[in-house]
Amino acid sequence: MRIADLPKYELQQEEMKEVDSIINHYKDKKGVLIPLLLEIQKKVGFLPIYVQKKVAKDLNIAQKEVYGVVTFYSYFSMIPKGKYNIRVCMGTACFVKGGKKIIEKIGKELKISPGQTTEDRKYSLQMNRCVGACGIAPVIIINEKVYKTVDPDKVIDIIYNLE
Amino acid sequence: MASLSDNINSSIDLIKKAKELQDLSKDQLIISLCSGTGCKAAGSDYLYDILKEEVKKNQPNIKKEIIIRRTGCHGFCEKGPLIIFYPQEICYLGATEEDIPLLVSETLKGNLIEKLLYKTDESKLVLKEFDIPFYKYQKRIILANNSKIDSKSIEDYILLGGYRALSKALTEMNPEDVLNEVKESGLRGRGGGGFPTGLKWEITRKAKGNPKYMIVNGDEGDPGAYMDRSILEGNPHSVLEGLIIGAYVIGVSKGFIYIRQEYPLAIENMGIAITNAQKHGFIGNNILNSGFDFNVEIYQGAGAFVCGEETALIRSIEGKRGMPRPRPPFPANKGIYGKPTCINNVETFANIPHIILNGSKWFNGIGTDSSKGTKVFALTGAVNNTGLVEVPMGISLRDIIYKIGGGIKGNKKFKAIQLGGPSGGCIPEKYLDVEVDYEKVKEVGAMMGSGGMIVLDEDICMVDMARFFMDFIQDESCGQCVPCKIGTRRMLEILERITRGKGEQDDINKLEKLAKVVKETSLCGLGKTAPNPVISTLRYFRDEYEEHILSQKSCERLHIKVKVKKV
Repeated sequence: MRIADLPKYELQQEEMKEVDSIINHYKDKKGVLIPLLLEIQKKVGFLPIYVQKKVAKDLNIAQKEVYGVVTFYSYFSMIPKGKYNIRVCMGTACFVKGGKKIIEKIGKELKISPGQTTEDRKYSLQMNRCVGACGIAPVIIINEKVYKTVDPDKVIDIIYNLE
Repeated sequence: MASLSDNINSSIDLIKKAKELQDLSKDQLIISLCSGTGCKAAGSDYLYDILKEEVKKNQPNIKKEIIIRRTGCHGFCEKGPLIIFYPQEICYLGATEEDIPLLVSETLKGNLIEKLLYKTDESKLVLKEFDIPFYKYQKRIILANNSKIDSKSIEDYILLGGYRALSKALTEMNPEDVLNEVKESGLRGRGGGGFPTGLKWEITRKAKGNPKYMIVNGDEGDPGAYMDRSILEGNPHSVLEGLIIGAYVIGVSKGFIYIRQEYPLAIENMGIAITNAQKHGFIGNNILNSGFDFNVEIYQGAGAFVCGEETALIRSIEGKRGMPRPRPPFPANKGIYGKPTCINNVETFANIPHIILNGSKWFNGIGTDSSKGTKVFALTGAVNNTGLVEVPMGISLRDIIYKIGGGIKGNKKFKAIQLGGPSGGCIPEKYLDVEVDYEKVKEVGAMMGSGGMIVLDEDICMVDMARFFMDFIQDESCGQCVPCKIGTRRMLEILERITRGKGEQDDINKLEKLAKVVKETSLCGLGKTAPNPVISTLRYFRDEYEEHILSQKSCERLHIKVKVKKV
């Protein structure tokens, strides 16, 4: 996706304040870019370009360096996650036990591809590399909760029962 | 516990503390509840609340104090949640919320809830956890204490002899003695490479430059592997103790524990462990009055498989894109910020305290000529008992699958076992008697890897399996060198068309050529090993490739029920 095509979401003033305080906490230390971005991502849910610009300016590094890191690591996202962030594990154990079918079903139902968020920002779908719960494969993780031995035919029920 | 002094200044303090804790534990009954990721998903957090209520109700009738201990992963995730009553070691599997009241009151009275005990194939009941066949054929050293330790408590670790190895190393041995002990033990890197740990330590120790750093590599990215996760979550102090001992040998004052962000519980438990170790004086200045200073911090990954490669991981710690660089220079000479850096895997560190306490002779008495000690594997896929297994080196794959894993699920036929994740390969039936050993596994076209062991049954299409790994690698390639970036993409395209039933006559040839180029010319380990899943499936299951291409059928049509299996 081109940067220009990214959906525009503005952060609230409150959220920008949080971003500020996170940057201030890390400023002037060595090798802090990744922990800093992780914290912002956790706090406000995504890392839009204008936040990246701010980080670059405040840390006195090139903007491309920040953008390079954001696009390299899969945890960082430039679009917001949904209220329910659904991660489908696609590790080997989950794959041989039906992980692919699970992600296809959810994608079809919510009409989004992995990496996307529904328009109402309620659900987002992610393909996850192994989460290390192979003994209970296949698993999905919604927000922080792990669902074990998920039946591909029943996964839609799990999603609609979230509320 | 508040009455006990926290700070431990000498080996005598440590022994005293362990003794106090032991005396205290004599008047306790322990109910241990597995709270590893697997059992958490099976509802163990919720069970904890109910268990607490029931214990409160029953306490007045019991003389001894009842303690609920929330432990890390015991390994038998399949049958979770696991609840164990000590000292009798009664092990209940798969209890639900309704079971708890009776389970607590009856067991405390001395009765058993039979339906929650393990039943063998001959319907015999098994009382103790380690008598269950799944555990019986294992040799547990690294995982031995996972079921006995509250993963957030340093006292539990000390009670079981924790930090005694550190105290021995710091107060009775000089760094050279410790180094020799590790060298003689024959311990090799458990991350998959198998480089002798003692040698790595020696090189870093001799390297010029200051300060030096030490890193615990907990970026366990291999899909289908979660040994390190369970060690970090369940027994974080064992890793920490190994790390501090290593730092003492090399002369390092700053360590990093790199943990991937997909492992939040591991990050949490290790964070608590570090704080507790600081409080007790095992980390900080003048540890155990030896004059040795050491500090450590956790560094969280942000999701990149390639960061498991040491030079990429080091770049990541420096706050950059995790892209590998050519070696030499090796990190031992030029690591973080160009300074000598020693980097070892989680499981490697967890072995160290045992080696120091029990001696190198004890350790190298286990295993084969070239591979010593035990190895933890994540046994998953189409076996009856999935979970974490720790076995002595030299055990056969057949024993792991059939004796420990209980054979293939649903009476299906065994097809292959995949070792080493995207860098490894598949081993067919005819080599099942091969010993688990770094060299022997390599000879048959797989690799020890970090410990993922995925059993595949007859329903799995091997071409699709190769496609799965190539898809993974292609996605995780850092993109800086052409053979890996473009080569894996082309290989994936070929595999995709074969599995869709659109394979071309020359495709197998093309795959083989590409595999050779990618293997020989990629920059880092990820690229160099990327073609392995294709090479090994072509070696043993070439007919499946040919069948796909000749019949022009997709996986679904070629096999009766493949690709995605109903669970």
